[in-house]
Amino acid sequence: MGIVTPGFQGRPRAEAPDLPPGQYLTPDFPVLSAGPTPRVPRDTWEFVISSETGTEYRWSWDEMMALPQETPTVDIHCVTRWSKLGTTWRGVSLDTLLDGVDTAADYALAHSYGGYSTNLPLEDLRDGQAWLVHTYDGDDLPAEHGGPARLLVPHLYFWKSAKWVRGIHLTVEDTPGFWETAGYHDYGDPWREQRYQGD
Amino acid sequence: MSWRQARLVAHRAETPTARTLVLEVPGWPAHLPGQHVDIRLTAPDGYQAARSYSLAAPVDGERIEVSVQRVTDGEVSPFLVDGYREGDPVEVRGPIGGWFVWRPQQTEPVLLVAGGSGVVPLMAMIRARRAAGSRVPFRLIYSVRTPDDAFYTEELRRRVRDDAGLDVAHVYTRQAPDGWRGEPHRLGLADVNTHGWPPELEPLVYVCGPTGFVEAVSDLLVGLGHPARRVRTERFGPTG
Repeated sequence: MGIVTPGFQGRPRAEAPDLPPGQYLTPDFPVLSAGPTPRVPRDTWEFVISSETGTEYRWSWDEMMALPQETPTVDIHCVTRWSKLGTTWRGVSLDTLLDGVDTAADYALAHSYGGYSTNLPLEDLRDGQAWLVHTYDGDDLPAEHGGPARLLVPHLYFWKSAKWVRGIHLTVEDTPGFWETAGYHDYGDPWREQRYQGD
Repeated sequence: MSWRQARLVAHRAETPTARTLVLEVPGWPAHLPGQHVDIRLTAPDGYQAARSYSLAAPVDGERIEVSVQRVTDGEVSPFLVDGYREGDPVEVRGPIGGWFVWRPQQTEPVLLVAGGSGVVPLMAMIRARRAAGSRVPFRLIYSVRTPDDAFYTEELRRRVRDDAGLDVAHVYTRQAPDGWRGEPHRLGLADVNTHGWPPELEPLVYVCGPTGFVEAVSDLLVGLGHPARRVRTERFGPTG
């Protein structure tokens, strides 16, 4: 228990849902990003997975949309402490995209239109844990929330769900991305409260 | 990064709904203007709530400043603005953030664009510029609803007079003071053109405020020819 601040009560907590430590619930959908929102037209959009040997696997928008689609409903947790429960998305499982990609890499560096990047272990993108999503709550994903398409990796803090994602580099060594270089945690498990480097 | 015990040593009202807190944090490391801290409160039954707040002032030993806007129905900000008393403890950790920062060694002109309480980290940059004796040209465009909503009004007036190379322009969205030219309006192209820097000067731009404000301003800046990589943004969610 921390140091008690006299007079502080906090919200009534009888009905507090099961949230990761230090998170609070919001009905809104706040935005965290470091610069202007990129506008990426779908007719020039592409998604590229590049393996550690340099082999590239590409999808145009239409090719991506022709893949099997899933509709995950998941809880999301932002490092800035808001959580949002039961969000519904539509997109392609990373299992589908990685199927047929020949790799022995252990890490992935997701990179985005606009130049941002974030790193995560490749195994966190597999086994039904991650999607490339283009629809939020039944509508096209708005640009400020990462549209036309973003990653969705809901078991990690939400900055790992790279907005405006353009591709994934598969790497043998872990390479910190934009946010991680700026001080955020390499892995970012909300249930272990891994917000910042050193947590 | 560990939690440190801090104590409120001074405070001052900025507006009827916002207050600056001066905290003493034993063992506080240095920080950069633009960085933020997490503040954690604990209730008698052990319940805790933490929120992030931008630092309002540059390094001053073990003292840090934050300016907190009261959020209606918020859990933490109403207590920090209205209930937190001098001498009482809170917990603090930081500094946090390595991108939305200004370093006194930087030499390019700087444009700061603030919406509401988004002025806080930008004020830290203005104060740090003065403290470091930097001569880098700074311009601040500050959008507020009414004159009563503006933070740091007297200090900004004084700094414009005393800090060579600092310009400040206010934009009012609901109600302007007597003598202000024009009608209240949302910050637009003309304001950015009149009070900002042209892209040819290659300024570094910092934009901070609510999401809608930051989206609109950063789109304007990119439209005017500022490269996206030179526009750094910080957005406020409803962080109560």
